[in-house]
Amino acid sequence: MSRKVHVQTQINGDSIEFLCEPRQSMLEVLRDDLDLTGAKEGCNNGNCGACTIMVEGRPVNSCCMLGVEAEGSNIETIEGVASPEGLHPLQQKFLEHAALQCGICTPGFIMNAKALLESNPNPTEKEVRFWLAGNLCRCTGYDKIVRAVLDAADNGEDDL
Amino acid sequence: MQAFEYVAAESLGEAISLLDKHGNQARILSGGTDLIVQVRENRRQVDLLVDIKKIPEFNEIFYNGSLQIGASVPCYQVYGNEDVQRLFPALVDSTSIIGGVQIQSRASIGGNLCNASPAADSIPALIALGASCVIQGPNGDRKVAVEEFCTGPGQTALSSNELLVKLVLPKPANNSSSFYLRFIPRNEMDIAVVGVGASVELSSDHKTFVSARIALGAVAATPLFAEEASNILAGQPVSEESIQTACSAAQDVARPISDMRGSAEQRKHLVGVLTKRALNGAISRIKETA
Repeated sequence: MSRKVHVQTQINGDSIEFLCEPRQSMLEVLRDDLDLTGAKEGCNNGNCGACTIMVEGRPVNSCCMLGVEAEGSNIETIEGVASPEGLHPLQQKFLEHAALQCGICTPGFIMNAKALLESNPNPTEKEVRFWLAGNLCRCTGYDKIVRAVLDAADNGEDDL
Repeated sequence: MQAFEYVAAESLGEAISLLDKHGNQARILSGGTDLIVQVRENRRQVDLLVDIKKIPEFNEIFYNGSLQIGASVPCYQVYGNEDVQRLFPALVDSTSIIGGVQIQSRASIGGNLCNASPAADSIPALIALGASCVIQGPNGDRKVAVEEFCTGPGQTALSSNELLVKLVLPKPANNSSSFYLRFIPRNEMDIAVVGVGASVELSSDHKTFVSARIALGAVAATPLFAEEASNILAGQPVSEESIQTACSAAQDVARPISDMRGSAEQRKHLVGVLTKRALNGAISRIKETA
C-alpha cells in the first residue's frame, strides 16, 4: 500500500479535502470515501459513461481519472445538479419521457447531456446521439433519452 | 488496482529526472484513458506515474508557421482549435472519433501516439500531415518522424528515460488538404478495422497531383506510411486511374492479420476503398476552399 496523498478540491461548489491512495480512481474516492454514490461503476474502463462527472466544465469518465489528479480542480457530480427549488430541467424531462428504467446509466446521461446543452443549447437529434455515444443504456433503446434531451433543450434554454 | 506512487511533475526537467531514476518502472501519465485501464487490468506494471499535465508547455497548442501540439493537449482542444480546423482537417477527423466526448476531454494526441496501438486513429493523420515528434531525455532533445516512432504494438522509439514533449506539423502547402477516415461496424465508439489518412497537394488548376502522403492504420504491427503509394501520385493527373494506382500500391504494403474485428482479406480490401475515399475527401476539401 502506498502512502495516502492529501487532495484539496471543489466538489459541487464545496471546498473538499480528502486523503487517497494514488491507485484509487476518482470514482472510488467519490463513492467509497466521500459518500457521493450518484456516479455509478459500470464497465470501469471508459466505455459506458455511467461514472461521468464534470471536471473543469468538461465531462469525464471518473473511472479513468485518479483521485490524486483532482488536486486543485473544480468538480461537479450528479448530486450537485438539482437545486433546493427542484429538479434540473433535464432531470424533469427524463421523468416526463420515462427516459430510464433501471436507472444505473441515468446519472451519467444527465451529466453528459448537461455538458452538451451548456456548450450547444439547441442541438440537433444527430448531435445529441453522437454526443451521448459514450454513454450506454441497456434498458431504453436510447430513443426516450434523446427525446428527453431535445425537449430539455427546447424548454430550458434560460435555465441551463 | 496495483499500488503505485504518483508525482505531478512541475517541470520538464523534473519529469525527465524521475524517468531517469525509475526507468521502466515509471510511466508518463497524461489523460490516462489507456494507461489507467491498463494498470487496473494488470496489463502494465508500474511503480510510479509521472503526471505531466500540470507542466504548461505540455498543454500548449498553437500555430506560428508550424503547428505545435503539446503532448498532453486533449483531443477536444485539438479539434476545437481554429487553426487545426482551417489547415489540418485530418486531425479534426481523427481526434473527434477517438472514444466518446468523455474520453476526448482527457485523452491526448501524444498519449494516443505513445500508446502505439496499430489501430490508433490519430497516427495515420499525423503521418499524412508530415508530423514529427520532439523527444526529450537527460542528454537533450531529438526529433523523430511520426512514421518512425512506433516500433511494434505498444512499443515506441522512446528510451526509458525519454518522453514525448510535443508534436510539430509543418505548414501545409497552398492547394493542399487532408482527410482521415476509418471503417467500423458501428457509427461511433469503436476501434478501427482499418483507418486511412491522406494529405494531397494539387497544382493551382487542380488538375495535377503535386504530392501526396498516405498512411494506413490497423493493417500492420504499427501504423504505416505508404511511401510508394504516396510518391506514385506526384506529377500524375487528378483522375480515377491515378487514384486507383495509388490505392493498389497502398494495398501492396498492407500486412494485416485476421482478428475479431475483421479478416486479413477484408482489411486488404478496405485499404483500397478507404484510400480512395481519403484521397477524394482531401481533393474535395481543396476544391471547396479554393
